Amino acid sequence: METYTAMRHFADSWGLLAMTLFFLAVVAFVFRPGARKAAERAAEIPLKED
Amino acid sequence: MRDLDQLGDANVKYLTETIILAVGAFLALLGAAFAHDRLFESHMWVLFFVLLGATILMVRHITFAPASPVLPSHDGDGYFDEVIKYGVIATVFWGVVGFLVGVVIAAQLAFPDLNIEPWLNFGRTRPLHTSAVIFAFGGNALIATSFYVVQRTSRARLFGGNLGWFVFWGYQLFIVMAATGYLLGITQGREYAEPEWYVDLWLTVVWVAYLIAFLGTIMTRKEPHIYVANWFYLGFIVTVAMLHIVNNLAVPVSFLGVKSYSAFSGVQDALTQWWYGHNAVGFFLTAGFLGMMYYFVPKQVNRPVYSYRLSIIHFWALIFMYIWAGPHHLHYTALPDWAQTLGMVFSIMLWMPSWGGMINGLMTLQGAWDKIRTDPIVRMMVMAIAFYGMATFEGPMMSIKSVNSLSHYTDWTIGHVHSGALGWNGLITFGAVYFLVPKLWKRERLYSIRMVNWHFWLATLGIVVYAAVMWVAGIQQGLMWREYDEQGFLVYSFAETIAAMFPYYVLRAVGGGLFLLGALIMAYNVTMTILGYQRDEAPIPGAAPALQPAE
Repeated sequence: METYTAMRHFADSWGLLAMTLFFLAVVAFVFRPGARKAAERAAEIPLKED
Repeated sequence: MRDLDQLGDANVKYLTETIILAVGAFLALLGAAFAHDRLFESHMWVLFFVLLGATILMVRHITFAPASPVLPSHDGDGYFDEVIKYGVIATVFWGVVGFLVGVVIAAQLAFPDLNIEPWLNFGRTRPLHTSAVIFAFGGNALIATSFYVVQRTSRARLFGGNLGWFVFWGYQLFIVMAATGYLLGITQGREYAEPEWYVDLWLTVVWVAYLIAFLGTIMTRKEPHIYVANWFYLGFIVTVAMLHIVNNLAVPVSFLGVKSYSAFSGVQDALTQWWYGHNAVGFFLTAGFLGMMYYFVPKQVNRPVYSYRLSIIHFWALIFMYIWAGPHHLHYTALPDWAQTLGMVFSIMLWMPSWGGMINGLMTLQGAWDKIRTDPIVRMMVMAIAFYGMATFEGPMMSIKSVNSLSHYTDWTIGHVHSGALGWNGLITFGAVYFLVPKLWKRERLYSIRMVNWHFWLATLGIVVYAAVMWVAGIQQGLMWREYDEQGFLVYSFAETIAAMFPYYVLRAVGGGLFLLGALIMAYNVTMTILGYQRDEAPIPGAAPALQPAE
């Protein structure tokens, strides 16, 4: 198979799947238990000084 | 030689830098002498005089400090703020220049006699305008604010000592070389990437230094969490590095000549250009400026961002989707149909994260909505976010193939771009500048808050005039181009569609003129603030005496 076709097949199969799973994992991580407290702490960072 | 060593030991400030500049000037002179073509020769003369001037300035600044006590440049808080001050001034300066050139080229389109051959014809002044506003105004704003934000939210000094100075001055050199190159007629003809190969190489060096300074500060941070604004800035820096390098892969004809040929050809080249072009919008003009939004809006209203978790999803969704949207610039071309559809689908999906981010920015004002009335800087930021929302709604709509068949190549696109660039990038930058200037120069407040209000209304009115006029112009243009008579002939010749645009082009110059006027007021306000003046004026009704957020 020529390189272009091989890369295209990879991109619209495993590549797409991997990126989708990564994104879903990020979303799941953001909504994990206890994330709200951590997020609220992080949101205060700019207001801490000056 | 011993004397020179002793001078080195005695901490002659900037000796190495001065020598490097002098060597650079000499190399530019050699470049001019052995140039392969006339354009390269002219451009190397420009470079020579710029570097020579810089060398002379440095020589005048060499100080012979005593050897032992090495005093780090002190900024009070331990932050490296001097370079940010320069960055803010450069932002205001290049903003005024870029908007002025914009008004000039708008007038050139309406009155073609204003095309002054050869240096100031539209073909050369148009990239001068786009690069001046995107890279000189926007780029300086991004570099300055990112240096400010990353230090504050990491509670660490900017990494790399004087690296920040190299980034700032190196970037200004890039701007000067790009701008003078355009006026000389040197271009590789790639949208938003017109500078030729040797200027591109220089920008790559500067950008890597920028990445090191920014990432190094994050690595040495004292705050355990990396605040979301830094994620956006980092996404912008890394992606722009990748885009810049791939889009500018080219083979120069001669190492002492201006001309180069792209590594790609045909439709691959077109796609590479729009993969770059659209992500310049997505990562330079969106991700980087969202970094600004996520820091300066909470600071100015003195409230944490509405939902920090939404901001994280905003970030990742934007990163994952934007990169695929470029093909919508190539609808109905030789680009394979599946790629066009892919670009369209991802553009429409982008609507969600964009509006998530807009809601997040706006809702940060929850419980402080009165500040829109009492604080013109907050009003400016809110209008910026509103324009972000409008432009990111209009964009996906225009990427739909059937809409695009009407809008493509018309002035509607120009109107869309300007509602995003003037409305979103312009206003959020002005807000950040108004926030930063009193802070950096340790002033109690700005010279005049009322002038901010004037700037706000002039800018907003200018954008509305500009965008509305371009909608009408673009749709009329599109309809005229597709108008057939009953025998299947086109009703209008192309020249007729251009003549029909005249009133709109005049009105556009008026809209741009209003925006420029607002920027001039800002330049005056900022200058007076830096000089330490305070205008004697009545406070904005309902505003607390000091408009800056609580310390």
